[in-house]
Amino acid sequence: MADTSFDVVVIGSGPGGYVTAIRAAQLGFKTAIVEKAYLGGICNNWGCIPTKALLRSAEIYHYMQHAKDYGLSAENVSFDPKAVIARSRGVVKRLNGGVEFLMKKNKISIIWGEATLDGGGKFTVKASQAEAPKGALGPGSYQARHIIVATGARPRVLPGLEPDKKLVWTYFEAMNPDKMPKSLLVVGSGAIGIEFASFYKTMGAEVTVVEVLPQILPVEDAEIAGFARKQFEKQGIKIMSGAKVTKLDKKADSVTATIDDGKGGTQSLTVDRVISAVGVVGNIEGFGLEKLGVKTERGCIVIDGYGKTNVAGIYAIGDVAGPPMLAHKAEHEGIICVEAIKGMHPHPMDKLLIPGCTYCHPQVASVGLTEAKAKEAGKDIRVGRFPFVGNGKAIAQGEDQGMVKVVFDKKTGQLLGAHMVGAEVTELIQGFVVAMNLETTEEELFHTIFPHPTISETMKEAVLDAYGRVLNM
Amino acid sequence: MPINILMPALSPTMEKGNLAKWLKKEGDKVKSGDVIAEIETDKATMEVEAVDEGTIAKILVPEGTQDVPVNNVIAVLAGDGEDVKAAASGGGAPSKAEKPAEAKTDGKPEAPKKPEPAVASAPASKPTASASAPNARGGEDPFPLKQPVSGSRIFSSPLARRLAKEAGIELARISGSGPHGRIVARDVADAKAGKGLKAPAAAASGGTVAGTGAPAMSDQQILALYEEGAYESIPHDSMRRTIAQRLTAATNSMPTFYLTVDCDLGKLNAAREEINAAAGKNADGKPVYKLSVNDFVIKAMALALQKIPEANVSWTEAAMLRHKHSDIGVAVALPFGLITPIIRQAELKSLSAISNEMKDLAARAKGKKLKPQEYQGGTSSVSNLGMYGIKDFTAVINPPQSSILAVGTGEDRAVVRNGQIVVASMMSVTLSCDHRAIDGALGAELITAFKKLIENPVMMVV
Repeated sequence: MADTSFDVVVIGSGPGGYVTAIRAAQLGFKTAIVEKAYLGGICNNWGCIPTKALLRSAEIYHYMQHAKDYGLSAENVSFDPKAVIARSRGVVKRLNGGVEFLMKKNKISIIWGEATLDGGGKFTVKASQAEAPKGALGPGSYQARHIIVATGARPRVLPGLEPDKKLVWTYFEAMNPDKMPKSLLVVGSGAIGIEFASFYKTMGAEVTVVEVLPQILPVEDAEIAGFARKQFEKQGIKIMSGAKVTKLDKKADSVTATIDDGKGGTQSLTVDRVISAVGVVGNIEGFGLEKLGVKTERGCIVIDGYGKTNVAGIYAIGDVAGPPMLAHKAEHEGIICVEAIKGMHPHPMDKLLIPGCTYCHPQVASVGLTEAKAKEAGKDIRVGRFPFVGNGKAIAQGEDQGMVKVVFDKKTGQLLGAHMVGAEVTELIQGFVVAMNLETTEEELFHTIFPHPTISETMKEAVLDAYGRVLNM
Repeated sequence: MPINILMPALSPTMEKGNLAKWLKKEGDKVKSGDVIAEIETDKATMEVEAVDEGTIAKILVPEGTQDVPVNNVIAVLAGDGEDVKAAASGGGAPSKAEKPAEAKTDGKPEAPKKPEPAVASAPASKPTASASAPNARGGEDPFPLKQPVSGSRIFSSPLARRLAKEAGIELARISGSGPHGRIVARDVADAKAGKGLKAPAAAASGGTVAGTGAPAMSDQQILALYEEGAYESIPHDSMRRTIAQRLTAATNSMPTFYLTVDCDLGKLNAAREEINAAAGKNADGKPVYKLSVNDFVIKAMALALQKIPEANVSWTEAAMLRHKHSDIGVAVALPFGLITPIIRQAELKSLSAISNEMKDLAARAKGKKLKPQEYQGGTSSVSNLGMYGIKDFTAVINPPQSSILAVGTGEDRAVVRNGQIVVASMMSVTLSCDHRAIDGALGAELITAFKKLIENPVMMVV
């Protein structure tokens, strides 16, 4: 007789869900995780990881095309789209196995199927189409003292822009294309839209990005987004901001889009494919939240700083619990949630300390308040900047297009935000995240030694610049 | 030129005091030596004498003001022939030399600073109540914790430290909610709002680390356990805070062990009767001395420490201080606290001298009239609860001393002598020893030496 009663059950095995389950198991809870399609969720299977694999192929392809810049030669450089995608799927597969191993290692039961909450700690699991991993529990009635909803999010659908999986793609199709489009319209310039624009542009497509807001990468600092935009445009990506796709006319193997340019004009653009990347919405429907009276707002479950919903015993973490919809935010939210259940008094999530990364070329990374948001919050600030052209390593790497910008509270010296664009910045931002989490002031950063020669030196220079002490400019 | 009257330092470690009372008012003429005000510190009330002649032009700190930092201007004196009004308006804005930078007017907790003898920090010509200017014992801080010793570091984030400094909140008062109790910015914000703020360290501590340590429970937690109105909340006076802080520090920092012996008082009682009977009478017809058992205890302890000089010591991080004299503190109960005035060089004093000195010290202690040098320092102490019928107890060592003798009541007990049960007048005493300075065998030697003396009081004459 299989176990049907648990201390903690996590619904959804995405990066937030499976990490939450591991932490729960570490804390001694009898834990299970419910998954209906693929261990690791979107992130592992259709998001973060496979796109990084694709972008890596694009990056190497880009370097090969520019081999001359480095004194090398590479003739007849080309690529096999099937092999590029196969590599990406191979990476996914390896990580699926990893999650399954981690569940086993931590003695977490996998319940395979689709869960519906019945109230009172009970839930029912129906069979799903996907093949269950070996040893997983099947459909049936279960119960748990604490149910953590980690059902994630799915692409937002705008009227008139409904994806059809053939001509109008979401990220699912975009990372597994049947053929390489020659021309592409990307609707939305958030991280997902920009990453695909960057990938397909490198792979040779004509790419147009339409963004309804005046700024691309709308959550980023305006100066950084502006810098990135110039780089994208230099690469040949066409960007229309403050514009809107009003109509899509689908042909047999092409789409004609009508675009309101926001200045009173209308343009018509015919492309092979359209990617709709207008954001994601939480998966809150169809599994009993409504019946239990769990409070939701704007497509997401409402939680307190510890993942608690308004219904006792029901918690939510990750995308389904609201923005920013990022895997690392989900993970941390899950850990706080489980530790709070354990009575460990963790600090509640501070959303200002969640970094964000976009893996386009050049990369964009940030944490904390943008200059505009800091001003909006009424802070008296000091801003420092440093361009990659002043950094030896960046020049040696042939990556001299980038900049670091830091925002300090003038009065307390608190680092309020850091914003970066350029090579490797997604790996560098963590330095500032640690600094902010430890509540350093400018002084500790002045006294922190950055290794030479590294691109990270630009971070220190930006800090010095904020206090009029920049050295290499 | 109007003269600023400054808050005097009554002891080397004093940083603040309460202005208890003004004995002169604005417009009063004073001459050198006149008592103009009373200042209250943790343990004593001191009189402030005028040094210069003149007229009190303005009183800047009203009586009853708590925690007035040392060297703050408390009044302005107009010199002879000076315009009182002009002095009143012009005074009180002291020059840098008169008002050291660390003297603050808003009662903000001070950053730790080096203790300085008041004679050095107070301008020479200013009325610092000459009687109160301590001798060169300056720098003898009983709590040399200015350099945090290992384990007493307060973990805090850089931002939290800066915010706390700006808000004027001592880190020691903030409860840390970060990992391992680290103080983070939000804790400072909470503390500013009064949440989780611990009681301030007593004025005498002067350091951020010499507080009463992290309390087991916050005030809020304690208050939550009692119904409101079911208790009366009595504010701590500075003596209460000092007792709490010092004895907590002593308990936390000293590995202490206890040794108990029973002493036969037979010979002592006989000797005491004889000696007291022989006392001459003074002009009032009262005996010139009347020895108590406690006087014998003080003398015996003083001599025992001389016999076992290795136990007459104070621990410092750098070295062991071996004291040459036996300065014995004697605990005196006060209505809302206690104080331990010190019989200096007790080994050299006769029993009658000790007895009379003790009577004087106790009387002045009860009137809060002791000078700091009369209760600071000391090499060991005696605490006697015999008058309450306490059989035996343990006492908390008063640092920087290394031992204290807890004395129980003298009573008739059945004891076995030569196989026979007999009645004897017995007294139990318990020696508390700071193990850092005194090891078990050494403590045993000390208490044995004491026992020999108290059981054979004639040996005290030798």
